[in-house]
Amino acid sequence: MKVLVPVKRVVDYNVKVRVKSDQTGVDIANVKMSMNPFDEIAVEEAVRLKEKGVVTEVIAVSCGVTQCQETLRTAMAIGADRGILVETTEELQPLAVAKLLKALVDREQPQLIILGKQAIDDDCNQTGQMLAALADLPQATFASKVEVADGRAQVTREVDGGLETLSVQLPAVVTTDLRLNEPRYVTLPNIMKAKKKQLDVLKPEDLGVNVAPRLKTLKVSEPPKRGAGVKVPDVAALVDKLKNEAKVI
Amino acid sequence: MSILVIAEHDNASIKGATLNTVSAAAAIGGDVHVLVAGHQAAGAAAAAAQIAGVAKVLHAESDAFAHGLAENVAAQVVALASAYSHILFPATAGGKNVAPRVAAKLDVAQISDITLVVSPDTFERPIYAGNAIATVQSADATKVITVRTTGFDAAPASGGSAAVESVAAAADSGKSRYVGSEIAKSDRPELTAAKIIVSGGRALGSSEKFTEVITPLADKLGAAIGASRAAVDAGYAPNDLQVGQTGKIVAPQLYVACGISGAIQHLAGMKDSKVIVAINKDPEAPIFSVADYGLEADLFVAVPELVQSL
Repeated sequence: MKVLVPVKRVVDYNVKVRVKSDQTGVDIANVKMSMNPFDEIAVEEAVRLKEKGVVTEVIAVSCGVTQCQETLRTAMAIGADRGILVETTEELQPLAVAKLLKALVDREQPQLIILGKQAIDDDCNQTGQMLAALADLPQATFASKVEVADGRAQVTREVDGGLETLSVQLPAVVTTDLRLNEPRYVTLPNIMKAKKKQLDVLKPEDLGVNVAPRLKTLKVSEPPKRGAGVKVPDVAALVDKLKNEAKVI
Repeated sequence: MSILVIAEHDNASIKGATLNTVSAAAAIGGDVHVLVAGHQAAGAAAAAAQIAGVAKVLHAESDAFAHGLAENVAAQVVALASAYSHILFPATAGGKNVAPRVAAKLDVAQISDITLVVSPDTFERPIYAGNAIATVQSADATKVITVRTTGFDAAPASGGSAAVESVAAAADSGKSRYVGSEIAKSDRPELTAAKIIVSGGRALGSSEKFTEVITPLADKLGAAIGASRAAVDAGYAPNDLQVGQTGKIVAPQLYVACGISGAIQHLAGMKDSKVIVAINKDPEAPIFSVADYGLEADLFVAVPELVQSL
């Protein structure tokens, strides 16, 4: 059984981005880029399924610029068997990515597609669900536990108020939440090994997908700044401020 | 122009996030209809009809909707979509699960987590954990949108008298099955609707200490309890309490952060609170940069003392 794991190259989660002064976007020149943390969890989960013998091949996919190859090498260092880059310099929105992934699902016929629930740059939380819709597959989003057996995946999901468990027929799309696993550290030997793994590069045209953006970004601005307030010396002063100044208790 | 709001409900009643979503629909302008897709959901449909500003309630009844499975609810929305210019979901776990499925089936972009309606085709939404605000315009025929509830006031839950119309239910996809759930029962206010939130971080050190220190303060203030990702990952608090970029987004009147350092991902979830109090023994903790009132102290001493003085 094959698993497809889409991974996105994003600004590292430790970087606090700055809005460009011309309001055309955020400044990502010379900023550290990494794999989207939720996707790293997805790769880890796929590799663990392989280590358990449930899965035979883990294929990592990334859509975007040439440098996404680095993200794919990271996925392969965690344990993915091969990588596919759909290379384009076009701004990719979730619907376009979902269409590219749908085309790859048709080609590769994976039984499971595991990806992050959201990317930490655009915070959209759309791609997995869109892929499931386009490929007419069931979905189990925000997963904190995945068990695969007898042609189904039993998935525990993090929902408002607690946890919910679904059983979905394979093939299916699973999106990861933070508690699913803790990704391993990649070791140097595995990084070296990853460099030798197969990495195919395609263009959106090869997959017959039009990736032109649908949403136009008119501007990107700074959020309203919240200034620091005051430090209070003790609990009594805090209670006084809350009662008499802020009047919230 | 008609707008369809997808209700978040438990079959008997309407969840608060629906009210904020109705307000977002009103800001776009046009007739606001609410879809209640559920099982034995007449109660929820009747409650939706009471919401001020709602012109019509569509009630789709089927056991396939009992647990809100995305495949089935999305099929229902798609079946109704052609009559609407905008389809709005609350940006809750339920709404986020279903909305992109609808958008993809309609071949339109989704606009996630809007916080402001600029015009019927232009919206503001936070990106990069709220460190930037994007203004986006959609040229699609149908706008599929999720609404960040903290961006819009709740519409009054009563005062309306919309007609409830039954609509044909979409078929069960048969590909997904509900197995069970563990939903914590609590008398506390819902995290996303609470006026006051007391939140705990990694500094609490254990699940026992989290309960022992945070609960009395929350009880005293009639507050909901929240937690940082670090506290949830460490198992001190359940996942549904997580406040932050990828957890719950909250904006209460008062947010009390106890032992939370204030990573940008956490700040993304609470920085729109009216008043923020930070209790932390690290003077350099980034949480102090957004706190209206900072108390540099050991929370194990300060929090019980605070409970005493209230």
